[in-house]
Amino acid sequence: MKVRVHNHWPPGHIRTPSYLRGKIGEIEREIGLFNNPEQNAYRLLPQKRHLVRVRFTMEEIWGDAAETPDDVIEAEIYAHWLEPA
Amino acid sequence: MPHDNHDHGALSPSGHPYRKDDDNELNYWQMMEIAVRELLIEKGHITAAQVHNQINAMDARSPANGAKVVAHAWSDPEFKSALLADAGQASRDMGFDIGPMHLIAIENTESVHNIVVCTLCSCYPRNLLGLPPDWYKSRAYRSRIVIEPRKVLSEFGVEIAQDVQIRVHDSTADMRYIILPAQPAQTMSLSEDELAYWVTRDSMIGVGLPQAPK
Amino acid sequence: MGGDPAGDINHDQHDFALWEKRVDALMVLASSAGLMNTDSLRRVLEDMGEEAYETMTYYERWIASVSQNMVEAGAFSTAELAEKMAQVKTRGATYGDAT
Repeated sequence: MKVRVHNHWPPGHIRTPSYLRGKIGEIEREIGLFNNPEQNAYRLLPQKRHLVRVRFTMEEIWGDAAETPDDVIEAEIYAHWLEPA
Repeated sequence: MPHDNHDHGALSPSGHPYRKDDDNELNYWQMMEIAVRELLIEKGHITAAQVHNQINAMDARSPANGAKVVAHAWSDPEFKSALLADAGQASRDMGFDIGPMHLIAIENTESVHNIVVCTLCSCYPRNLLGLPPDWYKSRAYRSRIVIEPRKVLSEFGVEIAQDVQIRVHDSTADMRYIILPAQPAQTMSLSEDELAYWVTRDSMIGVGLPQAPK
Repeated sequence: MGGDPAGDINHDQHDFALWEKRVDALMVLASSAGLMNTDSLRRVLEDMGEEAYETMTYYERWIASVSQNMVEAGAFSTAELAEKMAQVKTRGATYGDAT
């Protein structure tokens, strides 16, 4: 399933890397529910959030600057950072 | 294993240069470490024995553990399937105490070569492999491996053919990764113990390949 | 971070000093004790900014983060820490003397 990473740029502790914001990828696997690090980092009682592994092509992330367009990056992204693409 | 060298200016038992240590002038951060540790003990949050035991536990964790897991996967197809399905449980089944770590094993094949990084900090499967190498924690590795993996690999002495896809795994959240390297052809007749000898730390991160007898 | 311009990767490796292993242990134990967690460690590290990366080593940044986390958790006060650090300083000139 194709997903896009929110093109959001909030302050504070975020585990969605800058280089993936706004990029479109495929869900590689669902991992399960984990404590939301954005709350945990501030010692707030964290809610459980779905964590997903998403696969992005190098071309999608770097465009013409991609070393090899079909190489990929796979990253764990919290579902609240994803929208259908 | 190199012999213990009694000249502290030279090399440690593992063959590496000593970091500035006990003989050097006490600096601000070392003072802080002592103070934090003693305060936590005085306040009853931790004990000195726990500190001692935790250091020993981390010292006991090394790439040799990962090498045993890899060698077992190469020797036992059922274990390999279990490892790829749930690497944490498979490691525990082998007797390794990895604590609460969530581990994913990713397999290298003829068509795919995998590499691990933590671009956001320095996440590493430390509860199996021990502490990560300094270069893994460096900004240069973390920023370059996701944009020019083949160039970085060639600097590590590894060339990946163009018809092999590279997958870079950025451990951004709760998972930790170990790469299951492809078994070198020259090792097919070796025993499991012999196999473990040839599995390098770098091959389990993906910046190296397993060695093999000539 | 990912994709930012960067130079050569330094392959030098050093053994960890005892004080660094202790910092690592303190992070793990303080987390097990519920006083901090990996995310709060990282958050404080990130908030230290670029300058900390330029001027401090890995475990210097870690002990700074653990220490701040402990103050935030109420494990000890800044005043207690200051007093203890001053006392540690009087014990001797080297880490070995003071530990």
